[in-house]
Amino acid sequence: MKNQNKLSRREFIKITALSAGTLTISAGGLSLIEGCSGPHKSGRFFLSDDEYHLIESVAEQIIPTDEWPGGKDTRIADFIDIQLAGPYRRFQQVYRKGIAAIEDTCLNKFHTIFKDLAWDVQTEFLQEMETGTLSGDNWKDGFSGKFFELLRSHSLQGFYGSPRHGGNKDFTSYKMIGLDEVQTLGQNRYGIQ
Amino acid sequence: MSNKHVNAVVVGAGAGGGVVAKELSEAGLSVILFERGDWVSFDAHDTDELNSQRTTVLGNACGPDDDRYRRVLVNDDGSSHIVLPSENDYNNVAACVGSGTVSYGAMAWRFMSEDFHMKTTYGNVKGSTLDDWPITYEDLEHCYEKAEWEIGVSGDASPNPFAAPRKKPYPMPPFAYNKEAMMLETSMKRMGLHPFPIPMLRNSVPYNQRPACVRRRSCCGFACPLNAKSGTHNTVIPSALSTGNCELRVHCVVSEITVNESGRPTGILYFNQEGNQQEQTADIIVISASATETPRLLLNSKSKHFPTGIGNRYDWVGRNFQGHAYTGAFGLFEEDIFDDIGPGATIAISDFSHHNTGIIGGGILANEFTRLPYLFTGIRPPGSPTWGKAHKEFQRKYFRRNVQVVGPIQEMPVFDSRVQVDPSIKDFWGIPVVRLSGHRHPKDVEGCEFLSGKAEMILKEAGASTTWQSVGGKGLSGGQHQAGTCRMGNDERISVTDRYGRIHETPNVFVADASLHVTNGGFNPALTIMAFGYWIGEYISKEWKKGNHFA
Repeated sequence: MKNQNKLSRREFIKITALSAGTLTISAGGLSLIEGCSGPHKSGRFFLSDDEYHLIESVAEQIIPTDEWPGGKDTRIADFIDIQLAGPYRRFQQVYRKGIAAIEDTCLNKFHTIFKDLAWDVQTEFLQEMETGTLSGDNWKDGFSGKFFELLRSHSLQGFYGSPRHGGNKDFTSYKMIGLDEVQTLGQNRYGIQ
Repeated sequence: MSNKHVNAVVVGAGAGGGVVAKELSEAGLSVILFERGDWVSFDAHDTDELNSQRTTVLGNACGPDDDRYRRVLVNDDGSSHIVLPSENDYNNVAACVGSGTVSYGAMAWRFMSEDFHMKTTYGNVKGSTLDDWPITYEDLEHCYEKAEWEIGVSGDASPNPFAAPRKKPYPMPPFAYNKEAMMLETSMKRMGLHPFPIPMLRNSVPYNQRPACVRRRSCCGFACPLNAKSGTHNTVIPSALSTGNCELRVHCVVSEITVNESGRPTGILYFNQEGNQQEQTADIIVISASATETPRLLLNSKSKHFPTGIGNRYDWVGRNFQGHAYTGAFGLFEEDIFDDIGPGATIAISDFSHHNTGIIGGGILANEFTRLPYLFTGIRPPGSPTWGKAHKEFQRKYFRRNVQVVGPIQEMPVFDSRVQVDPSIKDFWGIPVVRLSGHRHPKDVEGCEFLSGKAEMILKEAGASTTWQSVGGKGLSGGQHQAGTCRMGNDERISVTDRYGRIHETPNVFVADASLHVTNGGFNPALTIMAFGYWIGEYISKEWKKGNHFA
């Protein structure tokens, strides 16, 4: 019974605190982050600067800016960077290999890196990745489609998941679809500090 | 260190084990309830969609964790690969006190009479081990009633002419329909169907010293912040502990059932939180660890007397692994249907549960639980963009304008869909892990196509501007509704336990979870698992009081 009592008491305190409007949960602050050893000097957990910028550009393609902010401004690359040092540790090597493959292909084909390509060229490149029509040893055995699917699904998670994981800055996606962020009961908690 | 001998150990504090622990401890037996996880609270996980039991991409909020657990899945070509608990192929339920009942959607279905005699109703099905249960609905009815009243169900069965007969109504009134359910009710009735409010293991009014539900969107897949959702963790397990006869040991991973020289099971071996192996002896051993973990434990309990594992003399342990294919349809509407009154699922029909032409069994159809933001990214008409501008626009335009009608189809058990233990892969504690293989029966796809067709008709009738079907029924089944791997029966050559869940070849080892299910109905199975907890607990208690200590 001891555990049960303890649990009920904690919940009671939480609910009391919420109804009094005193409990604060930080969107960004809390997020850094369960299961990570801490950021590198760069402030990042796994990705290098160049890798980060590439992921940022891809994320912007997956969730483009329109009347609502897109993947770049909502920090999807932060989400991916943080998860690669946490629950997605198992994808570290795939990311490293995939990012290198994208840059290799872009340098060969366009003589520039992915982030500096024109928007439509980026889009077309990702479409080719998705459908597996990119040529080259880097992409064989279905790797391009598999890596694209990781980039796609992880970007969507970063945009539509909780800001506590590093993405969805300012609750953008929740606001976009008109959802209260339900940390509390019956309160709209956007913009909490 | 040796632990004090007790009357009974129960392995797994979920829907079945929690009830058995309560029944036995109230009858005066000394009981130890083992759980590999811990108590979970809303505080620890709240509404984090990505780390929940609904969408597990960043982990299972209610366990198990990716660091210590793994399974092996056999691929179509016979090769195999390791899967983690956060991956769908793991076929996870949960690992915590209350197990799936902490985070479930809490639909509280009774199976129908036909579900207990599928073979008599439908005959032999080629390629399936479809059979009758050794008990009937009438045998189990009082146990359903006990589960409904002790654990707490809200509902009203009266508008459902197909419901199995009941002696007592539900203890709480039903939940009111949300907006999409009101819309569906009208169209269902126009079609001559018989809609009714979904019975829920959730408090519609204050009950059993717990408050009423406040209808949050994040319910299915999450712990309840108010304790308004009824699981074994906030009902029967606290009751068991309050008898003074039951001890709960959390963070304890049971690895093996011990057997003495004469072949009598004597207790269990387990690893405690510090990782040290311990022995716990008991007169009675109840295994309620889920349809994947229960057969794993039996198969890992090899000895001179049980060379292929306990209960496995005829190679039936782990066989007939089944669950529910979810099948249905989506509809898009040109006006807002989503009113954010959670958890969403409120209305169902049972018109297609049985006696459909050309189909064996069937399933309920219900409106779906709230599609949370990330989950909704996968809901698109076939051929739609899966990323980019149009995908984002769709998310914005249709999040409040989509309805899903869906249900669990009754699956045909297949002998070669199975749980084994892997010959080489072990978990953190060095215990051989679950190895999953097999396929659903071809008949399941027919059932799914049938039910999805009906779901789409309902959505069209409701005025959806676009509809499409999502047809389940292929690949390996299992999932959160996993069942069937230690089926009960009267013939020990084609079943694992008797009608009371006792393993045929032992005097004192019982199974009390969905592993027992000969067939899995066309309904979410939680209430049936709870009812079986009462059924088995009642049997053991009665025998014990008569002086039968299962020696």
